[in-house]
Amino acid sequence: MRLPGLLNDALRTFRRTPLLSALSIASIGFSLFTIGLFGLVALNFRETLQGIAERVEVVAFILRGTPTEAVTAASQDIQAFPEVLEVDYVTAEQALDRARTELVEFQEAYRDLETNPLPASIEIRLKPEFRDGASAQRVAERIRAFAFIDDVRYGRDWVQRLDRLRDMAGVIGLVIGLAFAVVAIVIIGVTIRITVLQRAGEISIMRLVGATNRYIRGPFLLEGLIKGVLGGLLAVAMCWATFSLFRKSTGELGGSVVFFQPVHLLLIVIFGTLLGLMGSLLSVGRHLRHV
Amino acid sequence: MIRFSHVSKTYANGVQGLRDVSFHVPKGQFVFLTGHSGAGKSSILSLIIGEQKPTAGEVRVSGFPIGKLGQRDVPRLRRKLGIVFQDFRLLEYRTVEENVGFALEVTGARREAIPGRVMRALTQVGLAGKARVYPKELSGGEQQRVAIARALVNDPPVLIADEPTGNLDERATRGIFQLLQQINGGGTVVVMATHNLALVRDTGYRVIELKGGQIVYDSSAEPAPGATA
Repeated sequence: MRLPGLLNDALRTFRRTPLLSALSIASIGFSLFTIGLFGLVALNFRETLQGIAERVEVVAFILRGTPTEAVTAASQDIQAFPEVLEVDYVTAEQALDRARTELVEFQEAYRDLETNPLPASIEIRLKPEFRDGASAQRVAERIRAFAFIDDVRYGRDWVQRLDRLRDMAGVIGLVIGLAFAVVAIVIIGVTIRITVLQRAGEISIMRLVGATNRYIRGPFLLEGLIKGVLGGLLAVAMCWATFSLFRKSTGELGGSVVFFQPVHLLLIVIFGTLLGLMGSLLSVGRHLRHV
Repeated sequence: MIRFSHVSKTYANGVQGLRDVSFHVPKGQFVFLTGHSGAGKSSILSLIIGEQKPTAGEVRVSGFPIGKLGQRDVPRLRRKLGIVFQDFRLLEYRTVEENVGFALEVTGARREAIPGRVMRALTQVGLAGKARVYPKELSGGEQQRVAIARALVNDPPVLIADEPTGNLDERATRGIFQLLQQINGGGTVVVMATHNLALVRDTGYRVIELKGGQIVYDSSAEPAPGATA
């Protein structure tokens, strides 16, 4: 069948059964919308966790009297660790300066000091994939082996708590995500079934007059594709509307909330298209086998 | 054209539709299939149109061995058959001419040739003036004429009619029967299943009567091709 004829046939269905067509588009749209909303929450949660994880760093305090050259050489060694993103050498003076500016409450106390009570240190930031308790501990152990290191800290307790939070979020995300996906598939399945029943007669007539399976599938697939794309776009629009509404109503607080990247939006539409196509394929396929 | 050789058909639920049925329909013949419901008329028709396969024996229709038909062969067989049912089976959201043209589109006929051939078929069934009308706006007899036009538009050598007058009143029945006679007059084989014994009587056409899945009577009267009653 030529494309204009095919398109015409596919669009005819929309004109003929506007309510059912709207229902299938809406069911694809709303199903993807629930998944999308969940995705938005997950995305923002992940962003927040990442923000927190950025603060995972290992600080090694250096024994007094250690020559700078020794520390510099060691810093280069540490920089070569696979987990390490960057190494920062903070001299005792820099530490004091920082304390004076950052810890305003103690400004008075720090002003009149004759000797600097703060030790020099090296601050080690980890690569994103190593910002967890086990990696931080591993790096800390290795740094401890340097002779001039007095003490190593990496906030063990809160890093471990962060790890647990991440694990929990992963499991909950998977469970809820799966549940939403199942609900979406069930809703779409029901809509498809209705479409099948509505089309049974038409498909049998097509077969009766000698239409090949390919010929019969054509318009149905195109129709499913159009419904899928429209459903996907509807989901994207609803996600955006919800996101904007949320940001508006939460004001300042909502400012840090992020929306999907274009590639995510494209994925939603592609997923919708696949659902629409698959639905049509299944619904027609069933009938082609039985008629 | 159509040959059944020792054909039996047992359905998946164990019901025996046909038992050792043999007959041959040569070119140009008009055949009535009669018998009560469940006698085997529908089994014979569904074998002819490739909807079912024989459990035993051989069925050949226009050269197609029905028992060996693959999924891809069924559409090719159907294009050599015109099929008409009691319930018309028209697409109600398409106009009369679209319903008839549909059978040509499906076979990949040249687009430019479709309107002319549709009009010819509609003229043949006496509905040239109702090309743009939807099936719902037509009487039962007229709807059946549209279905016949759709069956004819591909110039099939065989026309299968399953109780084509079952839903029609006496007058419409006569009209449809006359139309089928005309079509047969043009050389097309017509196989018509019917309950209507009044219609069958005195036509001089061949009558095959079925009972319990077996042929109990075959007039084997084979008038010359194109003969009318």
